[in-house]
Formats: sequence, structure tokens, C-alpha cells
Amino acid sequence: MSATPAGPAPRTEPGPLVRPYGDTTGDGMVQVSFTLPLPHDKRAEGAALQLAAKMGMSPALLVHAKAMGPDFTFFVVYGSVTHLVDLREVTVHEREFPLLTPAEVNQAVRTHLQRKLVVVGACIGTDAHTVGIDAILNIKGFAGEKGLEYYRELTVVNLGAQVLVPDLVAAAREVGADAVLVSQVVTQRDAHIHNTTTMSAAFREAFPAGEVPLLVVGGPRFEEGSAAALGVDRVFGRGTTPGEVASYLVHELVAPRTAPDPEGARR
Amino acid sequence: MRRARSLARTAGKPVVDLARAHTTVSVERATLRLAGLTGADHEGTPWVNHLVDAVRAEVGLEHGVTTPVWDALRRDAAPDLLTLARKASSGGVSFRLPERGELTRARRAARTAVARGVRTMDRQRVARERMVRTVGDAPRTPWIYLIVATGDIHEDIPQAQAAAQAGADVIAVIRSTGQSLLDFVPEGPTREGYAGTYATQENFRLMRAALDTTGRELGRYVRLTNYASGLCMPEIAVLAGLERLDMMLNDSMYGILFRDINPIRTFVDQRFSRQVHARAGIIINTGEDNYLTTADAVEAAHTVTVSQLLNEYFAKEAGLEDWQLGLGHAFEIDPSVPESFRLELAHALLARQLFPDAPLKWMPPTKHMTGDVFRGYLLDGFFNLVGAMTGQGILLVGMMTEAVVTPWLSDRDLALQNVRYVMDAAGGLTEDFHPPRDGLVQTRARQVLSEAVDLLDRIVSDTAVPDARYPQPLLAAIADGTFGAMKRPAAKGKGLDGVVVKADGYDNPATTLLEEGATR
Repeated sequence: MSATPAGPAPRTEPGPLVRPYGDTTGDGMVQVSFTLPLPHDKRAEGAALQLAAKMGMSPALLVHAKAMGPDFTFFVVYGSVTHLVDLREVTVHEREFPLLTPAEVNQAVRTHLQRKLVVVGACIGTDAHTVGIDAILNIKGFAGEKGLEYYRELTVVNLGAQVLVPDLVAAAREVGADAVLVSQVVTQRDAHIHNTTTMSAAFREAFPAGEVPLLVVGGPRFEEGSAAALGVDRVFGRGTTPGEVASYLVHELVAPRTAPDPEGARR
Repeated sequence: MRRARSLARTAGKPVVDLARAHTTVSVERATLRLAGLTGADHEGTPWVNHLVDAVRAEVGLEHGVTTPVWDALRRDAAPDLLTLARKASSGGVSFRLPERGELTRARRAARTAVARGVRTMDRQRVARERMVRTVGDAPRTPWIYLIVATGDIHEDIPQAQAAAQAGADVIAVIRSTGQSLLDFVPEGPTREGYAGTYATQENFRLMRAALDTTGRELGRYVRLTNYASGLCMPEIAVLAGLERLDMMLNDSMYGILFRDINPIRTFVDQRFSRQVHARAGIIINTGEDNYLTTADAVEAAHTVTVSQLLNEYFAKEAGLEDWQLGLGHAFEIDPSVPESFRLELAHALLARQLFPDAPLKWMPPTKHMTGDVFRGYLLDGFFNLVGAMTGQGILLVGMMTEAVVTPWLSDRDLALQNVRYVMDAAGGLTEDFHPPRDGLVQTRARQVLSEAVDLLDRIVSDTAVPDARYPQPLLAAIADGTFGAMKRPAAKGKGLDGVVVKADGYDNPATTLLEEGATR
């Protein structure tokens, strides 16, 4: 959701200190819900209010409490938080590449690379959720944008789900992949982290330095800026669109080159 | 409708013939499991795998695993099946194909042994019927179906019992995501799984016992569901029959399309597993929801209908009855599409009208759950309302935190409140809901049916055969990407090396007992 809703422009630049907004500027109102492992009684309600207070909600209003079986209680609490947010201390990972249209992507590949850009995609490990990789690769696409298969100058090889890392490496080698896209949805027991580091290690072992394809992972639970720790070139999070991925690939693989890829003919 | 069914038969029949002409390592292992062979070596490789591999290496599986095995037992190669498997795993048994009188006696001994397992399944079926009668049944339809998936059977059990106490009629234990591609069934109770818990005989037994206890407390039988899919579909079907599971996910094409399992392997395994389910009184659940998560739910609506028709054909051919067909469909139309709710109603109504006696399985929105849990809760409410209005048999409870976290305790509780509210408020609406013939709902239903008929027609009349060895039109359609936009050629995919062409003298006492309906 990157689009700014239409409406009157703000009268003044907000901040730098802001508080949550309920129905009045500066009221600081938030709403939370949670479960405590306690039977529903007065003590449990008191415990919920104590937790709310420790979260900075003062005054806190317990608006709903409901027993879920004999041992648990569900609460909804509204209240004003005492915290202030300082916008000067917020850091944002700005996109390091310009967003291109499919036509611009094709144009850049055609002009500068003078061959097709080869992309291999897969879900690795036991992860069977291809929804992420499919959203990026399938022509159907995501969020109104067509997937990478739609780009005339990209050759897309989608290996699908539960691909073994050695098979992915072999496939990337076979088709001469410029970039390898891996999606990971399942995060139980940090499977996404483990699978990604295994994958990047395998590629760095299998290819000589400087010839490793661009390694890109995506998934809803990856942290922005964790690429280096995972041994990959780029991490994409929730809501990433095919256009962003295509633009990034051009930025990394196409734009910096001033001469045609000397390896081009061999690939 | 008659034409749709006849086309499904035309498409399915050649594939059934193909399935009858083959066996697989998993079918043979399932047969040994019926004969009572359980357990695994210290590395976790089951004895059924060892024994089937040993027989295959020496005499092949063309004649079935049982004849050489019971011939060896009759020759006193080992005192019992387990010892034989242990000895065979270290190469200590030589197998042969007996002839004449010895052949007849080996086959008879095999049949006696396998029949014991079949009778255990029969007893479990009777036990289920008796419990439903004496303890009580689910209070109404749709049955409320809830998923448990912690990875640890000892965590699953209290969660499943809590879910049943909160109102679930059916508990499904989701499998660990990797299991469908394992060519063996893990052993024992398991505490480690990814996004689910391994299907093992011991896990089945533990959960069954726990739900029986809870069911007696609640005065209603709580049904248990697992997955007979992947490379071990036949074996898991047998374990489900032996341990009295009540419903099994079992789709005719899911493994092929979404797990890249070889098509022949899938159809052979599926036919056997469905014969087992038919005998065990298990309701199958098919996976048409998956088509809509990869394709657009409006454009691809007719592929759901086609898949339902094929699933029905394959199921009935294998002996399943209408009440055992939990044909699937899902609420996956983009909510921003105009009239999306009416389109959902049309699709759900079509399924109801096409399969009036099947307990249809209605599955909640997943693709358009955005992380906005409040909007998701509303969407689930509309999903429940379609279920109420169109008389669905099994309702998989939607979670507002779909695509955010694995469901929390409170998510389940809120989701069940949502279902209860809709069912209490509008449960009887199905008797008032008769959309007019010329309205959007009926018109759309007719359109989807006609698109489904066209697609089936194209499949059976397409003469282009990508692989001359497999001229079956349905296999050609699967190979060229007709379903789920996935291309799956008949000679590719995982598990092909486990497929064997049957010889003339092939014998499988399990298949014989299931097809004859015999008990001995």
C-alpha cells in the first residue's frame, strides 16, 4: 500500500513528535487485544489492566473480556498511550533503485545486455507455498502488475515448490541464470532463515567468486536489511510487486554495465 | 449435467485402465501394512520399505510383493513377517516366484494375513458407527472443521481437544510440509515438524484416543482428519483405516499439479487409497480450493467443476459412495470484483446442485486475506453465510489472521463465534434461498457449468498427444498445462521410479479383498 490517499494536503508538516490518533489530535488512543492464561475473573481483568499500564496505556479501558475455556481469557483494551514518537529517530530503508515500467525494463535489457536476462525462481526446502514466487513470476502477477514472465526480455524458469538446493544450483548453472529468486513463506522454527543461508552457501561454493548469480529472497517475514547476514544480495518483504523486482534486477545486472556482457554469447 | 458426467467418464476411464495395469512401491508397502508389518530400523527406515526393496531387487514387483514374501515364509526363511523383513534388509533372504501348488499356497497364506488387516478396518468402521449412535453425532451440518498444526503431537492433542470443546466437529491435523515427498511413512510419536505434524500410525492412534475421550465428555463423536496424499498415499490410507480416522484429504490431481509427483504414480496410488477409504467408511476431501489460489477464482471457476467431476468419477470407480465425497471448493473471488458475493453464491450453488448427495467441503478465503484482520473477519462472515445459504456439508473455519500468523487460541475462538453467529442467525436460510432462473446467480451457475463441459469436451477430443507412450487424453491435458497452469508430463515428476507394470500373474490380496468385498 504505497499510494497516498487522495484528500486535502496537511496544513503543516506533521511532527517531529507525534502520538496515535483516535478522534482528537494528541489523544494517543490505541486498541489492543490479547489473551492471558488465566480463568476469567476479577483478578484476570486486573492483570489485563496491569499489562496495559506496563505497555504505556494510561488511562486504560478494559472494554471486553471473555473466557475461552476454563483456563484462558481474551481481552480488548482501549487507552491512551503515554509514549511519543519522534520522527527524527525513524529510519527508513529507501529503495536504492528507480522503479521502471515493463517497457523500460525490456528496453534497458535490450540496449545494454543485448541478450535475454535469465531468472530462475523456486520455493526451497520443505516450503510448498508457491504463492510468493508465483506472484512475482507468473504472468498473472500481483497487485495489478504482471509477473516477470510477461517481460519479453526476461527468460523465466520457475522450478516451483519444494526444490532441493542442489537441484536449484544445477538448474541455475544449466540455464546460465543471471539471478536466482527464492521465496520462503513457512517460518516455523526459522525455516526461512535456515533455508536461505543454506542456499546462499551452496551457490557461493558452486560458483567461482564474481560469477555467482544475483541471489534474491522474498517472503513476508524477512527483515529488511538482513541480506548480508543471510548471504544474499537482496531481501524483499511483504507486498513486493513484480515491477519492483524487475527494476531491481535491471539496476543490479544491467544498468551498471556500459559495454555488452562479454559472456553473453555463451549464456 | 448428464453430459458433464459422461465426459468425465470418457476422460477418466483410460486413466483407470492405466492405473489397473500398474502397481507402485507404496501400494505394495500398504499391502504389507495390512498384513501387520510395522516398525522401522534404528535409522527410521520402515520395515515395509526394506522388504519391498529386497523383493524388488531380487524378483521384481511385477507379480506383487506378497507372493514371494509368503512363499519365503512358507519355506521357513523366517518365523514371522517382521523377522523376515529384518533378515531381508541385510540380504539374508532369497526370494523367488513359486509355481503351481506352491504358488497357490503362498497366495492363500498371503490372503489370510492381509485379510486380518482388512477385518481390523471393518471393525473400526463398525466402532465409528456405534460411537456415533451411542455417544452422539455432530449437532448439525455443516460440520465445523478446524485445523491444528503445531508440529508436535503432544501440543496438538490439547489444542485439538480445546477446539472440539469450543465447537469443532472435525479436527484436521495438518502434516509437516515436507511429508508429501517422503517415500516412507515416519514411525512413532513425533515432536518435530514444519508447519504441521507428521502423519504416523502412532500419532493417529494418540489423537484418535484423545478425541474419543473428549467426544464422550461432549456427547458428540469428534471426527479426525489427515492427509492421504503425496508419495505414500496408499500406506497412509491404510493407517487411517486401521486407526479409525474419519476423513482424509485425497485429491485425484493435487499431487501431480502442486507437488510435481508423477501422474502415473499418483493415479495408481490414488485408486488403491480410495478403495481403502471406501472400505473403511472414510469420507474423502478433495482439493479444488488449490486451483483458485493459483488462478483467478472467476476465470478458473469452471476448472473447479471439472476437477470435481473427475474426482467424483475416480472416487465412484474405486467404490466410494456419494456420502463419502467431500468435494472441495473455496471462497476466493477478489472482494473488489463487483457482485463478488453473488458470484460466490452462484459457484457454491452449482456445486450443491451438481452433487446433491455429497457432503461438499467449503473452504475459506486465503488469497485475499491481506493482514487487515478486521476486514478478514468480515470476509469470513460472508464466507460462512454462503455456506449456510447453499447447504454445505463441511465448513473449514476461516481465520482472520490467515497470512499473518498460525492461528492463535483467540483467533480460533473468534472464528468459531463468527461461524456460530451465522449458523444460528441464518442456518435455515437454505430452505428460503431459491434464486430465480433468470437472475445473476442461476445464470452464472449455468455459464460455469457450460464452460466446464466445454473444457471436458476439449480434453477428450484433443488428439494431440505429447507423449506416444501415454495417449490418454487426460494425461495429455495435464502435460500441456490445462489444470492450475502447471505442465506435468506423464513420464516426469517425483516417484516415477516406484511405478511397475503388472505382469499377467500379478496378485495383490488387498485389492482382491477390497474389490470382492470379502473378509477372508
